[in-house]
Amino acid sequence: MARYGMVIDTKKCVGCADCVVACKTENNVPDGYCRDWIVEDVRGAFPDLHMEIRSERCNHCENAPCVRCCPTGASYTDEDYGVVLVDKDLCTGCKACIASCPYDARYVHPEGYVDKCTFCMHRVREGLDPACVAVCPTKCMYFGDLDDANSEVSKLIRSRPNHALIPEAGTKPKIFYLL
Amino acid sequence: MQEITITSGRHMHHIDPHLTIWGWEIPVYLFFGGLVAGILFFSAVYFLRGKEDEMHATVRIAPLFVPLLLSLGLFALFLDLEYKLHVFRFYTAIRLESPMSWGSWTLAIIFPLSFLWALMHAEKVFPNWRYPYAWMENAMTYVKKYAKVIAWLLIYYAAILGIYTGILLSAFNARPIWNTAILGPLFLVSGLSTALAFNMILSKNKEEKHRLGRIDLIAIGIELFLIIHMFMGFLASTQIHVEAVTLFLGGPYTAPFWIFVVGIGLIIPAFIEILDSLHKVKSTLIPAFLVLFGGLMLRFIIVDAGQFSSWVY
Repeated sequence: MARYGMVIDTKKCVGCADCVVACKTENNVPDGYCRDWIVEDVRGAFPDLHMEIRSERCNHCENAPCVRCCPTGASYTDEDYGVVLVDKDLCTGCKACIASCPYDARYVHPEGYVDKCTFCMHRVREGLDPACVAVCPTKCMYFGDLDDANSEVSKLIRSRPNHALIPEAGTKPKIFYLL
Repeated sequence: MQEITITSGRHMHHIDPHLTIWGWEIPVYLFFGGLVAGILFFSAVYFLRGKEDEMHATVRIAPLFVPLLLSLGLFALFLDLEYKLHVFRFYTAIRLESPMSWGSWTLAIIFPLSFLWALMHAEKVFPNWRYPYAWMENAMTYVKKYAKVIAWLLIYYAAILGIYTGILLSAFNARPIWNTAILGPLFLVSGLSTALAFNMILSKNKEEKHRLGRIDLIAIGIELFLIIHMFMGFLASTQIHVEAVTLFLGGPYTAPFWIFVVGIGLIIPAFIEILDSLHKVKSTLIPAFLVLFGGLMLRFIIVDAGQFSSWVY
């Protein structure tokens, strides 16, 4: 099994939200919902301020609590790509997965099933990047196999300081933010 | 200073600014689940001890209400589902890692058992009870041979059901207020306490009422101990848990929790039950109703506060 993940360069991200628009368009995300979003995280005290702009989405965790909590197996980890997906035919809309996600990355689709970022698997299976990565005007997003030592994502993680979101929750997230 | 701004806009229904995915349906379901677990537990225990006549309401009358109470709880759970047509999917998979899955299977076992248990006792409660068909009569005669086996199964599955109502929530690491192993035993004991209160309301036997009241006092004592222990655990835990527990220690859930759950639901009924056992006050059903109210409020407040608490990053 490959272990697909994402690396986002916070030095290059300008927070334009093109990734958000591309995702909504590509995946026909219903009005009022989003599978990805832009966070401006400002820390420190003036004049020593640090701002990080992050494009956030489901972290496709290796130890995914949403998969663990799902009573029907609707939330599962794809065997070929290591991506966390939802089988809407199995979903009852019990919302256990939403409660279990520390990133609040899931929502109930108006049709009743739970929905979230899929890393655009329909594109990835055809050899394309996810829509958010493909459309990024500053090329700050990278997508690839974290288990492949020669992939761009693996090289970036090795060569640049980075952090993941809430690693202390024990979910082993697969999105890394370059500092 | 840390300031988080979501510049692309994000206000998803029931997700932002904090979760509101579970409304009244889940606390009501958890309340009925705990109540049913308690009723079946005490009914089976006193049946096995041969106290059917002394504890008539506990052993025979209360179980008659179980199929109805369990149906109400399950109906509330059903109403909460967003994809109602897929409800059968709970029973196309067994996922031991998911408390909701083994909870569903426990309910699938306990529901028919409780129905049989109610039928067995209906004959004793209603002397004119007759089955419309002979095969029903024969089937029940056969079932009654295994009454003790059913009672033991009920004790076992009632304990699982009672604990499950708490573990369902404590399994969610993402919500710090729920993420404590104390919730399982707390909800179990609370369920037993509400069942004792329910039995007190049904009972017309003074001696039975007093015995139930005395056991309820022990249950309330254990509940108070578990609540104190839960807060001690939170305050000695990680920063995220320490911050989350401030919801109950000065935050928005302080007044509802300490007044409705601890005050009205535990301390006042315990006080009245003590006075009653010392024959200082006239025996009334007030403590029983207060315990039921407190049990319901406990579940409403914990379910709501858990959704209010989250990891911050």
